[in-house]
Amino acid sequence: MFGKLSLDSIPFHEPIIMVTAVAIGIIGALIVGLITYYRKWGYLWTEWVTSIDHKKIGVMYFLVALVMLIRGFADAIMMRTQQAIAAGGAEGYLPPEHYDQIFTAHGVIMIFFVAMPMVIGLMNLVVPLQIGARDVAFPFMNNLSFWLFAVGVILVNMSLVIGEFAKTGWLAYAPLSELKYSPGVGVDYWIWALQISGIGTTLTGINFFVTILKMRTKGMSLFRMPIFTWTALCTNVLIILSFPILTVTIALLTLDRYLGMHFFTNDMGGSQMMYVNLIWAWGHPEVYILILPAFGVFSEVIATFTKKRLFGYKTMVWATVVIAFLSFTVWLHHFFTMGAGADVNSFFGIATMIIAIPTGVKIFNWLFTMYRGRIQFTTPVLWTIGFIITFTLGGMTGVMLAVPGANFVLHNTLFVIAHFHNVIIGGVVFGMMAGFTYWFPKAFGFTLSEKWGKRSFWCWLIGFYVAFMPLYALSFFGAMRRMQSYEQTEWQPLMIVAWFGAVIIACGIACIVIQLVVSIRDREKNRDLTGDPWDGRTLEWSTSSPPPNYNFAYLPDVASIDSYWEMKQQPGGFKRELATKFEDIHMPRNTAEGPILSLFALLFGFALIWHIWWLAGLGAIGMFVTFMFRIFNNDTDYHVSAAEVEKTEREYHKRLEMQA
Amino acid sequence: MDPTGEIGQGLKSLIITAFGLMLIVVIPVIVMTILFAWKYRGTNLAAKYTPNWEHSNIIEVFVWAIPCVIIFFLAILTWQTSHSYDPHKPIASEEETMTIDAISLDWKWLFIYPDEGIATINELAIPVDTPVHFRVTSGTVMNSFMIPTLGSQIYAMAGMDNDVYLEGNEIGTFRGRSTQYSGEGFSEMLFDTHVTSDADFQAWVDKIKQSPNTMMFPEDYEQIAEPSIAHPVEYFSQVSPDFYGDLINSYKASHGGSDSHGEQNEARESSMPMSAQAAE
Repeated sequence: MFGKLSLDSIPFHEPIIMVTAVAIGIIGALIVGLITYYRKWGYLWTEWVTSIDHKKIGVMYFLVALVMLIRGFADAIMMRTQQAIAAGGAEGYLPPEHYDQIFTAHGVIMIFFVAMPMVIGLMNLVVPLQIGARDVAFPFMNNLSFWLFAVGVILVNMSLVIGEFAKTGWLAYAPLSELKYSPGVGVDYWIWALQISGIGTTLTGINFFVTILKMRTKGMSLFRMPIFTWTALCTNVLIILSFPILTVTIALLTLDRYLGMHFFTNDMGGSQMMYVNLIWAWGHPEVYILILPAFGVFSEVIATFTKKRLFGYKTMVWATVVIAFLSFTVWLHHFFTMGAGADVNSFFGIATMIIAIPTGVKIFNWLFTMYRGRIQFTTPVLWTIGFIITFTLGGMTGVMLAVPGANFVLHNTLFVIAHFHNVIIGGVVFGMMAGFTYWFPKAFGFTLSEKWGKRSFWCWLIGFYVAFMPLYALSFFGAMRRMQSYEQTEWQPLMIVAWFGAVIIACGIACIVIQLVVSIRDREKNRDLTGDPWDGRTLEWSTSSPPPNYNFAYLPDVASIDSYWEMKQQPGGFKRELATKFEDIHMPRNTAEGPILSLFALLFGFALIWHIWWLAGLGAIGMFVTFMFRIFNNDTDYHVSAAEVEKTEREYHKRLEMQA
Repeated sequence: MDPTGEIGQGLKSLIITAFGLMLIVVIPVIVMTILFAWKYRGTNLAAKYTPNWEHSNIIEVFVWAIPCVIIFFLAILTWQTSHSYDPHKPIASEEETMTIDAISLDWKWLFIYPDEGIATINELAIPVDTPVHFRVTSGTVMNSFMIPTLGSQIYAMAGMDNDVYLEGNEIGTFRGRSTQYSGEGFSEMLFDTHVTSDADFQAWVDKIKQSPNTMMFPEDYEQIAEPSIAHPVEYFSQVSPDFYGDLINSYKASHGGSDSHGEQNEARESSMPMSAQAAE
């Protein structure tokens, strides 16, 4: 009846897990209680869950990402604590059984359920506004993408309490992830969490690709697009090209595990080398999917706060395109040590280094944007400057790893760990936090506390260096990644320093939470009615904050890069005047089909993990029926009447006048 | 790092050279970042301000050219060192190259000296200044064979015949390990490598030849292949003639591979208290 699932699947004997589960339960009950008490269920359902508004979907992505950041960080500090203790024969407090799940979960969560939703969340919030569109090309699909992603999040969190998570490392290398070596449900959780959320990501990629190509406002040629939109375009091309590889790879592994096939097994002609090649053919573009939008954020931030045009816009665009292209030519550098010949290794090593050229150019262009500017040291600017220095160092260690000869001794050591945290924290996290602070007022109409934002930045920056520089050092003494314990007591002092760095980062995360709480408390004081708190340059700042659901009462006309800035430079400046004539606006309707379809996807995934076949059938039928329902649903759009638009706009202008 | 083999030392200087080359661009970037941020701070109204300046051919040429030149030199270095430090390349030496087979198992290393006809678990001895040809494969999941102070690592994969040439140039005992995470016992998948004089090596071989244990494929192998963590050192005085080849070929036979490792599966399951096996 319940497949492999029984009461024994719940790890009652694991105090850490049980305490966490109880804490999650209490917090969950509290949230449910509060929502019920304030009668907000209806509001949540109509305004958020079923919303097809790209801005709200963006906010939900980012919120989930912040929650998962805390979960992923809890894993991180548990690992650092274990390694700070488990030296010279000491076993620490986490047995391999548990430790192996934690480092797997940490990697999976941070990449798929923190970094990705931050990037996609920002794209959702910003891209349609930047190109002067009223929504994305496929609003329903956007909602569905979010909820499929949420299914992945739910499955990963379920694995904490029901059963186990994979003990394979975040990429679940075969044959370790094959049934023979990982007979538990952990790898199945990994498979279905990634498969379902990955399909959501692919849909997002298609959605934004089409949106950017087809829905730009009048006059916005490709080379007038804001630079963040350019990086988003490249990222979505990468998503479209690379995520299907992930989907197929996981599907083949699924066939091995569920139907006894032999794609990646040791025997019967299976090839583990094929698995490693395929997973990195997706995995390497994936890191550029994450970093390119971060580059876009820095470009926007630096131009806005230096009060200056971005230096070398065209160079920036071409550098981005070149990086996106090259990202498909370097995947083998993740496994030089597999034993390919010197020619092959040299090719991939040199291809990797070539990526450093356009990246270096971008760094110089940011520097020359600062040159002869008037830099305001706001929180986003601090993140940007911290990024330039930290990322340059990370890029350098990346090139060192790209030299195959060096890689033969550095591979699998803590050097690799230090390197990719160097670029992911210094690049993606810093970029996303810069974007978060920068565009938060656009989403909510008030600015975030600068004081707590800056505190968060300093904690992250210092914490990063304290946590990861010791790992670079340890790697030269032979410290490997994924060690649950080690013999060398002489490594322990640096491990303790690294642990302390993680504690500083914890303060940085706490500052983000406090920043949100304080800013919401003081929202009236920090209210921004103009919609343009930073004296911005691009179209998103030309509308009110938060923008009405139709974004723009009239679609703007664009004549240059930094079009909004140019409008403000016109003689007489840009005035937020009320239009004299309004017209109906065609908008998509909210829909429950996305969350319902995803609910069935959740049942489907959960049932397959536990081999509850009838439930899997039910989930599949449910998905199909919901999808059919959607296809034959003709009531998917409506018109916001001119009168209503006028009313909304009049109210906004009344408030503007009152403030003036 | 304190490499004792020539390869290890060569790789160390390679890392330092690459590091130095990149500092040519990294240091100016960091200096410029701090300098520009300070000089063009918003409160410094004395600094020049050019809000519409967005392009300069000279700067563009430099920002493309400098990274290009550095990467050009790094690329040459990469091509040369990839070939000179190719792990598959035999080491030129007056001494005759010796062959040792390294086989990763759950979670220990089985070493076979085909010429001497002996085998060990979790202990290596090699004569000093003698090139060693390690043939590397796996009887389980992917591992990576590495003796950090001697130099390069290489993946151990079931059914695959991989190899790495190494040489110990200093007498002493050095730790070796699997660097590729392979499951529960991975952290303790360690072994000692004794780099010895020729005489000591011979004595070591003789000592192993005293052992009553044998390592025949597949009978003895199946027993030793069962999962164990922190397995003690073991010696085997006799080895079946082409043990290494037989193991690799067992994965090529249609069912041989999976049959001969059937017990491993159960042993892995029993060591997993959190898994859902009991539920079935």
